[in-house]
Amino acid sequence: MTIVFQICAVIVIAVASVFLLRGGGARHQALRRVLMLLFILAAASSVFFPQAWTWVANLLGIGRGADLLLYLLVLIFIGFVASTYRRFRQLETSLTTVARELALLKAQQKEDESTGNS
Amino acid sequence: MSKSWVVIPLYNEGQVIADVVTHVKSVFPHVVCVDDGSSDNSAVMARSAGAVVVQHPINLGQGAALQTGFDFALTDPAMTDVVTFDADGQHSLDDAQGMVKLLRSQKLDVVIGSRFLDSRTQLSPMKRAVLKVAALYTRFSTGMSLTDAHNGLRVINRKTLQRFRLTQNRMAHASEIVDIFSELKVTWAEYPTHIVYSAYSKAKGQSLLNSVNILVEILFK
Repeated sequence: MTIVFQICAVIVIAVASVFLLRGGGARHQALRRVLMLLFILAAASSVFFPQAWTWVANLLGIGRGADLLLYLLVLIFIGFVASTYRRFRQLETSLTTVARELALLKAQQKEDESTGNS
Repeated sequence: MSKSWVVIPLYNEGQVIADVVTHVKSVFPHVVCVDDGSSDNSAVMARSAGAVVVQHPINLGQGAALQTGFDFALTDPAMTDVVTFDADGQHSLDDAQGMVKLLRSQKLDVVIGSRFLDSRTQLSPMKRAVLKVAALYTRFSTGMSLTDAHNGLRVINRKTLQRFRLTQNRMAHASEIVDIFSELKVTWAEYPTHIVYSAYSKAKGQSLLNSVNILVEILFK
């Protein structure tokens, strides 16, 4: 039974890692990719060595590996929410600038037309 | 020569905007409606009533609409001041006129309307309390001792507009406007305004729950 789960998990992680590591980008994306690679390695190894998480957790004074995973997940999720919020704000700002320019340009055009006709 | 532009942010007010524009134009000939991506015939109605209409291609929020109106007004080199006015007709034109007069005679940068300088405006106790707390917060955060921080009726002169940039598109823009005033160290005065809460404006108006949104937007800018 366990071997079936382990094979499935490795396939899922491999497919996910291909999708995550692809995609063009900026300089600081490199850092994100290194972190992602570490995460993939950790995820893959934990399937085969679940006791490794417990070992690290004990080092940090946490009872179980599963707890450590949960804490990490919560932290990562909060970071994700924060960075996504910032990105949306930045996007909104640029979108507003573009929409405003367009609105003013069109109004100007309409004004020119009406003064040209009269 | 002084020249005022009235800036009216417009979002789905097709029912009333024509009347409001006609009414405003009886006193202020230069009216710009910023249609914030309305899904009804607001823009057509405003234009037919003789307002200049600037149309956002998508809905961006009232703060964004105000800033677009300011940018438009600044393209007119003769403009000396701008009046911000609500599209649902809840503001009094007499108040707007009085505020412009005050701004020019006292050479002020900004005149801000307040519902709490006299007893004309009828407010529910709950709304009054929330507005009082908002004003207190503003006094605390900006040092400007306003009695009413969320009044949509304002007069702003050209010099201030040139340095004015709103970034809060949505609910928190009223607070941001006061923040900017305090940053720019404007000379200002309050002016008693009367707001008529008609059934129409009540139905369209902000629910008190919106103050939660405002708070979140202020905290997480």
